[in-house]
Amino acid sequence: MGQDRTAGQHGRLDGPFARVREALFPTVGQSVASLAALALIALVAYAFLDWAVLRAVFTGSDGSACRVPDAGACWPFITHKIDLFLYGRYPEAELWRVKLTYALALAGLVPLLIPRVPYKLPLALYLLVVFPVIAFILLYGGAFGLPVVGTELWGGLLLTLVIASVGIAASLPLGILLALGRRSDMPFVRWASVAYIELVRGVPLVTVLFMSSVMLPLFLPPEVTIDKLLRALVGVALFSAAYLAEVVRGGLQAIPRGQYEAADALGLGYWRKMGFVVLPQAIRIVIPGLVNSAIALFKDTSLVLIIGLFDLVGIVQQSAQADAQWFSPQTAATGYFFAGAVFWIFCFGMSRYSAAVEHRLEARARG
Amino acid sequence: MRTPDFKRWSTASTWKEAAYDPGVRAAVFQVLLALAIAFLAYEIVSNTIENLRKQNIASGFGFLAETAGFDISQTPIPYSSKSTYGAAFLVGLANTLIVAVIGIVIATVLGFAIGIARLSPNWLVAKLALSYVELVRNLPLLLQLLVWYVAVLRTLPAPEEALALPGGGFLDVRGLHLPRLALESGGSLLVVVLALALAGAWWLKRQAAIDREAGRRGPTRAQRVGRVLVIAVPAVALAVAFAASSVTYPVLGRFNHEGGFSIEPEFLALVIGLSTYTAAFIAEIVRAGFQGVPRGQREAAAALGLSRRQALRLVILPQSLRIIIPPLTNQYLNLTKNSSLAVAIGYPDLVSVFSGTVLNQTGQAVEVILITMAVYLAISLATAAFMNWFNMRTSWAER
Repeated sequence: MGQDRTAGQHGRLDGPFARVREALFPTVGQSVASLAALALIALVAYAFLDWAVLRAVFTGSDGSACRVPDAGACWPFITHKIDLFLYGRYPEAELWRVKLTYALALAGLVPLLIPRVPYKLPLALYLLVVFPVIAFILLYGGAFGLPVVGTELWGGLLLTLVIASVGIAASLPLGILLALGRRSDMPFVRWASVAYIELVRGVPLVTVLFMSSVMLPLFLPPEVTIDKLLRALVGVALFSAAYLAEVVRGGLQAIPRGQYEAADALGLGYWRKMGFVVLPQAIRIVIPGLVNSAIALFKDTSLVLIIGLFDLVGIVQQSAQADAQWFSPQTAATGYFFAGAVFWIFCFGMSRYSAAVEHRLEARARG
Repeated sequence: MRTPDFKRWSTASTWKEAAYDPGVRAAVFQVLLALAIAFLAYEIVSNTIENLRKQNIASGFGFLAETAGFDISQTPIPYSSKSTYGAAFLVGLANTLIVAVIGIVIATVLGFAIGIARLSPNWLVAKLALSYVELVRNLPLLLQLLVWYVAVLRTLPAPEEALALPGGGFLDVRGLHLPRLALESGGSLLVVVLALALAGAWWLKRQAAIDREAGRRGPTRAQRVGRVLVIAVPAVALAVAFAASSVTYPVLGRFNHEGGFSIEPEFLALVIGLSTYTAAFIAEIVRAGFQGVPRGQREAAAALGLSRRQALRLVILPQSLRIIIPPLTNQYLNLTKNSSLAVAIGYPDLVSVFSGTVLNQTGQAVEVILITMAVYLAISLATAAFMNWFNMRTSWAER
């Protein structure tokens, strides 16, 4: 096949067949590797197809259809419980409030993330200041005639998104302060920031969550009671701030000394120098790092399961283990697949976005 | 970094001048911050004392000497329900360290393999490695642990229908059962001999390197004898030990496989989950490290006539290790900290035993959580100290 045209190792090859041959089967060793890889892909693809489609159960109003021997995925478990997985036990009549909150978040987030759209600062202020207030009133209620929906009813993907976004929004300002503190000229401020950052980064999130869930109530005056979700949020935000501080510090260190000196020469004070000259440049450089931290935080929200809150992973786990009606050998696996798919789409999307920003920054740096 | 200009205190002659003096401002700000932190600490301590008094919870570390009264499923060091809380703490710590060490070894091997595969000239192999990394990295670790534990290991057949493995092992819902090599006696002597041989080999290698630096060629007679001894003595010791040992195979008892060496499913799930997850991150570090070695090095290796494998082993790997090792250590720390997720699948690690069961029984949340955090912190700080030492030793001379 086209032997004459492939003459010469480095000659340009024509046709898809010849190109595939050169890419995958140039030598004996490479051919073996390619065949092994193909076999592995075929095996995984078949096993997945077999489980998710061929042997899967698609209809049924409880788990009985899934309890037959050799059944694959139990899809009715997902379709019957989709509202539970997405919103927890949030009352059905009030679900429009959650959806409206999502829409308002997207209205701010999408233009902020598209590089060409102007008005970045107003958009960021909307998301960090205005939106949280609206979102709280919408989700929790208790004002403007909206009935209160207690946080013990929040769950599933809603809880995942609430914890992740509040965690990021609360820890970013704290992280910036800590990063500035770590690079401060004042010895005590520097020392205190370093101590906080290294202390928090040295312990697992699980212990921080335990601490905020068990110890935080002890720290407060006896007459104060603190919501379980709020405790988790405090833990997540304090934990994430230490990591964001290190990311921001990387950006601060990358800003040329001349920028600091120019700001000094203009007679700007410390906060103006940082706020108008250094931080805008530093934050832009570290956007990829911030997004990576956001991905890590998003994945870590599932740990709240350990202190008894049910995010997407937690509620899937709970329904698969505790709901006797849906019990079957594949119920848990199906639930995990659903939760995994949702998490993967979010995290992969964020990582692609971060890579694109990085690419754009590199292109700009090269000029 | 500049230090504040405290000398300027003296130049401020009036209060108004002092208020605008950077040195004065810095001092005042720091005192205020210190006061705020001290006030916060005071509030926390006094509130905690009052709350504990109201709830009738004891304080102090006396509970560590009290009888625990609960059993632990996996005890690498002697422990029974009559042991103390302090012993339970040590069991949890030992379990955490065992999972961390084994997980780190597997994650490193897997991570390097996948990282090298990411750079394979074979398009399919490279894309397959990339798919692995992108799949594993973007899923929560907790979900992966649950998948391994609940969806994989707990759906294995019952002991009566266990999957037989080659070599006399079994895999079933109760875990992995392997043949156990039982040394009749002198096991500790064998360990000593092996350790001495390793130390001897290391010393010989160092001597050879010193000789090479000094320009001496060929080993001396003493070194030749040493080399023979370093190989022969442990070989004989091992042969004797194996000859005097017996293998016990797991056999199906009334409820479970007995005899042999059993690994619990919780442990298996945790080790598999932690190491496959961390391997994805290590693979990316290894890839970046290899790509960080200048292109000229690769070309120079090729010009010297080294094969791809030789170039990788002799030229690329040693140079890339300087880039790889700092973030790699971070991943080792992450794996150790992530092993605390054991609590979700019931493996008795430090958090699960101590911050879980012991905390619930004693109610002494403050002490228990502080001890747990201190352990992880100590591991992290020790690793950080090692990293600083390593960086100083290997840092690249500026050119």
